[in-house]
Amino acid sequence: MKLREISELLNATVRCGEDRLDEEHETAFASDLMSDVLTLGDYNPVILTGLCNMQTIRTCEMGNLDIIVLVRRKKATEEMIEEAEDEGMVVMESDFSMFKACGLLFKAGMLPIF
Amino acid sequence: MHLEYQVYEADFVNAGAASSAIKKTLKQLNVSPQIVKRVVVALYEAEVNAIAHAYGGMIYADIEPDKIILKVEDKGPGIPDIDWAMQEGNSTASPEVRNMGFGAGMGLPNIQKNVDKLNVTSTVGVGTTVEMEVNFT
Repeated sequence: MKLREISELLNATVRCGEDRLDEEHETAFASDLMSDVLTLGDYNPVILTGLCNMQTIRTCEMGNLDIIVLVRRKKATEEMIEEAEDEGMVVMESDFSMFKACGLLFKAGMLPIF
Repeated sequence: MHLEYQVYEADFVNAGAASSAIKKTLKQLNVSPQIVKRVVVALYEAEVNAIAHAYGGMIYADIEPDKIILKVEDKGPGIPDIDWAMQEGNSTASPEVRNMGFGAGMGLPNIQKNVDKLNVTSTVGVGTTVEMEVNFT
């Protein structure tokens, strides 16, 4: 699924990485726990999280994960966006709950990594 | 190549800065992305531990042609039972640490999964030292 379709499905605001919206991604992973996000090995799924602070960006940087969807009306700070831009990440914000966001993406064909 | 970084207690704003710097250095040295990821995931967990659980400390990295040797030495309360701390799910993290997305008792087990050699030593009331090695091949 194109990142653009993900942003439309989740009615999301794209905060950075607009130039990557035509990229295709097949898998997603949802967690508020950054240690879980660090266990994903070589996968690069779209990350859905309600955790919204600098550690969200840093953790994804460490894990080579570069597509982040912030759910539950969380808004990234300017500092987070600056860091994400430096890393070439895509950051979106959705007002939907984690459950709703995951459900919509799953229904539309996004796959889990396990 | 020898690198050193200081980390400070409860400095969550900068948590990960040392790991990020080492990631960039390894990438410049053309270490494979898979190896870089293992190194930085392990180091980042250890860095967050030193910031979250201890009173700060030092990170030492020695990059050799075939491996990286990392040492995270904290000044802290120490770990009374290392075997307990190594088990997934065991944690003494504060609510503040949990709010940052950590503190679920995954740190040390996650480190172990990503390194080729791990040695954790700790003295209660003095501090904890986490020594890690990751081979490049």
